[in-house]
Amino acid sequence: MRITQGTFSFLPELTDEQISKQVKYCIDNGWSVGIEYTDDPHPRNTYWEMWGQPMFDLKDPAGVMMDLDECRKTYPETYIRIVGFDSTRGWETPRLSFIVNRPSTEPGFGVVRQECEGRKVRYTVHSYATDKPHGQRYTG
Amino acid sequence: MTDTDAQDQDTTETPQPLPDDTEINLQEIYEQSRVQEVFEDLDRTLVGLKPVKTRIREIAALLVVDRVRRDFNLESGAPTLHMSFTGNPGTGKTTVAERMAEILHRLGYVREGHLVSVTRDDLVGQYIGHTAPKTKEVIKKAMGGVLFIDEAYYLYRPENERDYGQEAIEILLQVMENRRDDLVVILAGYGDRMQKFFTSNPGFRSRIAHHIDFPDYEPDELLAIGDIMLAEQSYHLSEDARTAFAEYVERRMQQPHFSNARSIRNALDRARLRQANRLFQRGGTITKGDLVTLTADDIRASRVFDDPVDSA
Repeated sequence: MRITQGTFSFLPELTDEQISKQVKYCIDNGWSVGIEYTDDPHPRNTYWEMWGQPMFDLKDPAGVMMDLDECRKTYPETYIRIVGFDSTRGWETPRLSFIVNRPSTEPGFGVVRQECEGRKVRYTVHSYATDKPHGQRYTG
Repeated sequence: MTDTDAQDQDTTETPQPLPDDTEINLQEIYEQSRVQEVFEDLDRTLVGLKPVKTRIREIAALLVVDRVRRDFNLESGAPTLHMSFTGNPGTGKTTVAERMAEILHRLGYVREGHLVSVTRDDLVGQYIGHTAPKTKEVIKKAMGGVLFIDEAYYLYRPENERDYGQEAIEILLQVMENRRDDLVVILAGYGDRMQKFFTSNPGFRSRIAHHIDFPDYEPDELLAIGDIMLAEQSYHLSEDARTAFAEYVERRMQQPHFSNARSIRNALDRARLRQANRLFQRGGTITKGDLVTLTADDIRASRVFDDPVDSA
């Protein structure tokens, strides 16, 4: 199941050139650009690991692309996203965030039903990948 | 129409090679890139430096021709643009590097055309594992523009084999080779020490295409530079101050630690100080003329005049 989340979730995978242009858009807006990765792509997991520090003061996306290449090489079987963070007062939040790398196989999510008092049922989603411990979830 | 197309070509489409019989006006391309403006600016603001200006013009010509060759789909390979600027202090290396970034930008060889000027301290870390992220940070900031490394030979310290400079050098070499489209590196420093640096780091020499040597200024060029500096700050030399200043330059050149235009700037700064002091001590009222004029006394109060000339 192909997981989608973030700004361009409705689009097919972006090419490197398209990614680079989006990064350029972030830079031109004065946002810092961060690279983050995770092996727990639950939609509620907002805390992804940071690949290096968020990059401020860049002029050109080539630097981000260089880091992204390194991150992909180190963690080919994880989700990697690019986050454009706007630090202006009043915003102070990611303005744009999109997935730029995903594992070769994505087992997807199952529905979990929890029996509660009465005949109440609580539903939640559970990522099959997280059944395995961290580091063994996506092995390609 | 052919050459205008070449300029506006969108990078996302694969450019079609021009038909073989297309006629191209090199002059026109040159004018379109508005490099001429940079050269005119260079001529206006930088006195002398004939060989440097000639070299830069040659490089620009090569780049224009290279671009046209690419439009014809002729194999020319991405040109290596890394340079080394050697010369004594105060000969205009940093200023020329700024203009170089502008020229490369206008010719379309760097995307942004900004200059990131660094020294050893910005690249080399204090402890193990500090250097690589630091160097990469600088490189990322310089991407799309020009990375200017002043006094580059400090990166290499042969007397300390555990010096972290070597790590920075390796990262730089790798980027200079693999990221030629994204970044132009200019190494700068004094001639003889750069020479030594290149001998002990042959990797740098082979990756640098253009070695430009900055000659020392002649006395009359230094005077002209002084005039430009003063004019920028709305000052001028009185008639006898000019004679005094010419004498000053001659004496200063004989003395140690003479650093060309930088010495001139410092000398003029000190003269301004003395002028302000003089105006204060005189008391009474002053005119606009007093405010903008440096007199011979302001110049001659310098320590440079203390020694008799022939002892130098």
